[in-house]
Amino acid sequence: MSIDWTHYRADGFYDEMIDAPGRPRSLAQGMVSHLQELSGDEIRARQQAAEAAILKMGISFTVYSEGSNIDRAWPFDIIPRIISAREWARTEAGLRQRLQALNLFISDLYGEQRIIRDGLFPAELLANSKNFRPECIGIRPRHGVWAHICGSDLIRDDHGDFYVLEDNLRVPSGVSYMLENRVLTKQVFGELFADYSIQPLADYPNHLFDMLASVAPRLDMFPEVVVMTPGIYNSAYFEHSFLAQQMGVELVEGSDLVVGEDDCVYMSTIDGLQRVDVIYRRIDDLFLDPEVFNKDSALGVPGLMRAWSKGNVALVNAPGAGVADDKVVYAFVPKIIKYYLDEDPIIPNVPTYMCLDRGERDYVLNNLHKLVVKPANESGGYGMLIGPTASRRELEEFARRIKADPRNYIAQPLLKLSTVPTMCGERIEPRHVDLRPFILQGEKMYVTPGGLTRVALRKGSTVVNSSQGGGSKDTWIVNTEAA
Amino acid sequence: MLSRVAERIYWIARYIERTENSARLVNAYTHQMLDLPSGVEPGWRQLIDIIGGAPNFEEHYRCFDEHNTVSFLVADDFSPGSILTSVSMARENMRTTRELLPTEAWQHCNELYLQVRNHAREGIPRRGRHAFLKDIIFRCQQLTGLLAGTMSHDTAYDLMRLGRNLERADMTTRIVDSAIFILMPRRNDPGQYDNLLWINVLKSSSGDQMYRQHVRSRVEGAAVVKFLLQDRYFPRSVARAVAEAEFSLHHLPRNEAPLLRILELRERALFASIDEMSLEDMHSHIDKLQLALKLVHNEIFHTWFQVQHPAPRNDATATAHA
Repeated sequence: MSIDWTHYRADGFYDEMIDAPGRPRSLAQGMVSHLQELSGDEIRARQQAAEAAILKMGISFTVYSEGSNIDRAWPFDIIPRIISAREWARTEAGLRQRLQALNLFISDLYGEQRIIRDGLFPAELLANSKNFRPECIGIRPRHGVWAHICGSDLIRDDHGDFYVLEDNLRVPSGVSYMLENRVLTKQVFGELFADYSIQPLADYPNHLFDMLASVAPRLDMFPEVVVMTPGIYNSAYFEHSFLAQQMGVELVEGSDLVVGEDDCVYMSTIDGLQRVDVIYRRIDDLFLDPEVFNKDSALGVPGLMRAWSKGNVALVNAPGAGVADDKVVYAFVPKIIKYYLDEDPIIPNVPTYMCLDRGERDYVLNNLHKLVVKPANESGGYGMLIGPTASRRELEEFARRIKADPRNYIAQPLLKLSTVPTMCGERIEPRHVDLRPFILQGEKMYVTPGGLTRVALRKGSTVVNSSQGGGSKDTWIVNTEAA
Repeated sequence: MLSRVAERIYWIARYIERTENSARLVNAYTHQMLDLPSGVEPGWRQLIDIIGGAPNFEEHYRCFDEHNTVSFLVADDFSPGSILTSVSMARENMRTTRELLPTEAWQHCNELYLQVRNHAREGIPRRGRHAFLKDIIFRCQQLTGLLAGTMSHDTAYDLMRLGRNLERADMTTRIVDSAIFILMPRRNDPGQYDNLLWINVLKSSSGDQMYRQHVRSRVEGAAVVKFLLQDRYFPRSVARAVAEAEFSLHHLPRNEAPLLRILELRERALFASIDEMSLEDMHSHIDKLQLALKLVHNEIFHTWFQVQHPAPRNDATATAHA
């Protein structure tokens, strides 16, 4: 039995592949007719082949709460998601614009603070920011870039328009899965590639390496670049190791590094101590240097902040970059773009109510059952309230929390996330997705064509995080003209 | 290369070699047991003694019977010398250094691990044992060959070759010693099947064919010991493994102290007069070889694996952020 698209319904949502029951959008026609030619058994065989490949390739992620079972296979859906190159070009321009403005904003906050003096950004927001690091004031990283790697989460609404949901500027993860998803799709669905002209992803590690090399402090040397991981028990260890391997650089832990009396960073190698120029660090600010931040951190390197502030080593992303990775700052991004670049935002924000503002707070408290409430500094989908499905108890609890600490909460309308066809056991059903492209900024900028599509595998769910039952898909940016 | 990574790479090779050696050992031992009339065979306990596992074994089992001993060497996760443990450790070390090794090698090692994890129990009963062990030996050989043929023969490879050969030399001394240990109590009253024992020693290290090609004499105790300790061409002999390890050591930086140790070991291994030794002499000779192997390992650890913390020279010029 082959797939029957006439039963496929994404009632009330924008489905990216199927326009109306049985009618694929023009870009999806090739894929839909190809899927239709396959029998149910054939499709199941593909999914099984993908799962076997994932196990064999050791693509895994880690879930904290699972005790000794630290490695979980990566959940992958074999049906790719298609986005037209024309649509993507505009989105990409918007992402560049956004990161440029955010870096100008971060530089300003640790520099002259013009945006506060000019009255566009409230000083008390900065004073209460969990991710503002006073230790970074006055420091000027190369090229004025603090957030070198940004993972922005995009969603599409019920008209198919892109919105930015959040910007991840601390240690965004997921890019290795984006790359592996493409490898998997080539393995199990190779013939689909014949019908489409798809923008390649595979050179991301080169762009990443070039960006890292471009921020090295010593200009006359071939730079020693390393990836720094908290270790094998970190949930993203797979990715840390993957990126180091793809770039051909060392993967270090804090205990491999030492800061000398000359305030330079060295790693302990079999040749003796060796100077390090650029650290792509995948550990949070507060664990970087026990002399400055968390005194008990066994993950960090004593003296690392001193070495960085003297310009002897580059840290990527720079400490303190997370100040702009805050759901309250997020609400200001359109103004930030206008202020620094004098441009209108190309990709809009999702409408956001700031509980700090009395009027907006009252609106939020009166409409909690319709809204999604998020704490300002959490990631991974933790600590959220989804109003329409919350119990009375949860609503009351969140009302209390918002009143106690209004700065820490924002609220957004429940978005009608777009859907894409996804294998659900024997059938193909619509499931909600988001998209995380990765944007690099060093001497130059680079945006991944597409990004990591995360899919909420549970029916009706919009929670896409892999730690909470999300899966992922390969994402194709497809050239339409010169195909 | 990072000190920490160097250590893991070295251990990957040791554990893969250990996996293969254990599989060969159990396989050859099983064949011997099938050959010998009952009552004559040395008993299954000897398998445990070869790997020095008796204290740990007795914590978990009462009886040194076939099922228990084979399970301890193949499938028990509490046994530090079992194939399952060795493969898990090889995989864990490779998982945490995979950025340095060919992707294929990781996938292969991962498959080896999955194979052992899912099927080790099938290798315990005689019916499935041979097929299981042959498959593991084959996979280890594939992995070793894959690494030899696809990764640059650089520092990482030298560390692997070093680990592989030290592990191999260690296992060969153990196998030889186990035979001597059985024969010592009854040296004045040689049994009818003592020669079979030596044939089995050769088979345990896959040396029976090469012995016949190169030694060209009948299988006889001193000649076998000499072959396995001193032959320059047989890859599993102590002398050959030590030469390979020495070759690798020459390429590594700051190698003076480990080289000195391995030269001592080589002297000891190559220039002993086995022909003139009694069984007791052989036993104490092997003891010394094992100690020398341990000293080489300790020196390697001390030179390359320990994290260094001296204050660096103050010659770097600080460049201001642009």
